[in-house]
Amino acid sequence: MTGATASLRKTLGGLPGVDQVGLEARAAGLGTRSIKTTAKAWAIDLAISMVDLTTLEGADTPGKVRALANKAMRPDPTDPSCPSAAAVCVYPDMVKIAKDTLGDSGLHVASVATAFPSGRAALDIKLADTRDAVEAGADEIDMVIDRGAFLTGNYELVFDEIVATKEACARPDGSHAHLKVIFETGELQTYDNVRKASWLSMMAGADFIKTSTGKVQPAATLPVTLVMLEAVRDFRAETGRQVGVKPAGGIKTSKDAIKYLVMVNEIVGEDWLDPDWFRFGASSLLNDLLLQRQKIATGHYSGPDYVTLD
Amino acid sequence: MTKFEYAPAPESRAIVDIKSSYGLYIGGEFVDGKGGSFKSISPSTEEVLAEVTEATADDVDLAVKSARQAYDKVWSKLPGSERAKYLYRIARIMAERSREFAVLESLDNGKPIKESRDVDLPLVSQWFFYYAGWADKLGHAGLGPDPKALGVAGQVIPWNFPIMMLAWKIAPALAAGNTVVLKPAETTPLTALLFAEVCQQAELPPGVVNIITGAGATGQALVEHPDVDKVAFTGSTAVGKAIARSVAGTSKKVTLELGGKAANIVFDDAPLDQAVEGIVGGIFFNQGHVCCAGSRLLVQESVYDEVIDKLKQRMSTLRLGDPLDKNTDIGAINSAEQLARIKELSDVGDAEGAERWSAPCEIPDSGFWFAPTIFTGVTQAHRIAREEIFGPVLSILTFRTPAEAVEKANNTPYGLSAGVWTEKGSRILSMANQLRAGVVWANTFNKFDPASPFGGYKESGYGREGGRHGLAAYLQGASA
Repeated sequence: MTGATASLRKTLGGLPGVDQVGLEARAAGLGTRSIKTTAKAWAIDLAISMVDLTTLEGADTPGKVRALANKAMRPDPTDPSCPSAAAVCVYPDMVKIAKDTLGDSGLHVASVATAFPSGRAALDIKLADTRDAVEAGADEIDMVIDRGAFLTGNYELVFDEIVATKEACARPDGSHAHLKVIFETGELQTYDNVRKASWLSMMAGADFIKTSTGKVQPAATLPVTLVMLEAVRDFRAETGRQVGVKPAGGIKTSKDAIKYLVMVNEIVGEDWLDPDWFRFGASSLLNDLLLQRQKIATGHYSGPDYVTLD
Repeated sequence: MTKFEYAPAPESRAIVDIKSSYGLYIGGEFVDGKGGSFKSISPSTEEVLAEVTEATADDVDLAVKSARQAYDKVWSKLPGSERAKYLYRIARIMAERSREFAVLESLDNGKPIKESRDVDLPLVSQWFFYYAGWADKLGHAGLGPDPKALGVAGQVIPWNFPIMMLAWKIAPALAAGNTVVLKPAETTPLTALLFAEVCQQAELPPGVVNIITGAGATGQALVEHPDVDKVAFTGSTAVGKAIARSVAGTSKKVTLELGGKAANIVFDDAPLDQAVEGIVGGIFFNQGHVCCAGSRLLVQESVYDEVIDKLKQRMSTLRLGDPLDKNTDIGAINSAEQLARIKELSDVGDAEGAERWSAPCEIPDSGFWFAPTIFTGVTQAHRIAREEIFGPVLSILTFRTPAEAVEKANNTPYGLSAGVWTEKGSRILSMANQLRAGVVWANTFNKFDPASPFGGYKESGYGREGGRHGLAAYLQGASA
């Protein structure tokens, strides 16, 4: 074991443990908040503006990505007061298509990279993958950590890969693409691991921490996101640096999205109630948010043919 | 202006039909009393909810006679399996009508609907289901081959968990084959009176359950009645002592569940975020009107600052207000009298030099309210570390070693409950062995289960409720 690994182990081992029963009870308790009328309308608009509209399929084509980007810009074409989504999230080879479609709309292009979703490739390939996406115009990079290394206790390797990927996010003008670090919490399994991964990533320079790729079950859950929110809260208190949180995968309904927003509000506070600091990685969620939004505006439910399928 | 303002989300009170006045429930029907009446108000608004009868000694006598008759002629002759049918029926009705009871409980008591809905009422139904299961299995409870009921039980319950305490008292008594006369607290009689309707709906034989309302004098007449075989009381230690004196020298069996000043002990290796939740739930659940509340926090000095910071941050998110709003965390103090006591003891805390901090929350104009409050810099020599405040006030002390934590935790005349927060299993076991408290919670607090006995050491009372032990308290020859 190298000195750096030993030191990381000591630091991460010194974090307070997470009691599973208590954590899950807290998340369930927050889930009983009743968000109605004006509060619901506000929360739904905020949730729409936080969606990273995602397509990560082998079958993705320029046509599919263009459609998705248009949907992100105008989620409800019948209602100009509807906010746009935060970003579209695609594979690196689709970044240019997405970027061209979004134009100067202000929406971001997020690209997964680093041999997403498994991360099982050599570091130089992962970094090339990252540079490729940044050069194509990605505003945000969603990298995966090496879960195998993490589970064997090789925290140094995980740390170094995050640092290297962050360097690969640099652009010639000195700016850098925002780095989201995906844990794949369904593979880390324990809440203690999620807390350790959160601190490890933030110490290595993550701008955002993200639960899942969407390719492994379970993906995002309320308790997992709660642990990550506590981590970003405590990290800011200790270092002064604010880090964003992105639950991704499995969030399908407005009701679920609102539960997440309640949790953000009560665990880390309103500084994070902003698309710059909290995102939903989702695809079908957006249409449910739009249906609920129309219901609030008109008083009745329309139906799946009144939202666009892209 | 906060960004995310939760709109009001009140539970409808239309589900419950509150009568303008109530008689006494004796012999299966509501009858007029021979004395006067008093008003039950909603502590969150001071609105009068109903007029309730003040039972006199004669009324009490009538109720006890009715219970005796039902015991002799009906209930003691029924096989356990038949008693079980009635208890299962009550359990089902309480589950079906739980929303109605929850709304009425929150109106009459002041507690938040999320607690009456998610904690009190589910436990009520569970308690009846659990003891219904015992009714035909008394011979298998390890208390002898054919244990016999005591007869008539006189039960006096407090205002902090009105319908839940009713269930804790009535379910084991009936399962064991006793009949009961129960007196709810004078500030919270309404759910017990609604429960009388449930007894009618369940077609419980008349006189098996009698409910009489009134204040201290009514309760005294009940526990001192010569034909009562068993006295069960939950409430203050002062009244408990008076009851113990009054039944001394009689053949009455007694269980007393009295006050507490529980230590909630947080070690430096605790899961801190969950410990903070446990601290908050331990003292602010039900506005701190909980006999087993974790009202003394003992924090290991090495994590003191971190715990206090997190605690204050968490307390700042507590929502105080309308008990019927589904987002309310902290409801109203149950009565003007209790509010005065909380204020008085808190002022003593100030005067003795402890440092007060209250969560920033807006206090409504009418009703009885007290913001969640902590006192730091408290030592064993402070009155607020020794006396039960029975309100949302936490006294915070520190310790350096496990031995010191045990010494301080046990240094109280009470001994109802305690909490231990540590990720180290061996420490939990060692602490649980050393703490003199009826319940020791590990990495949780204020958790109840009908199968688990509950009760105290020392001035917190004697006898156990819940589980097999709670059954023994209503059977001859069996020691609780």
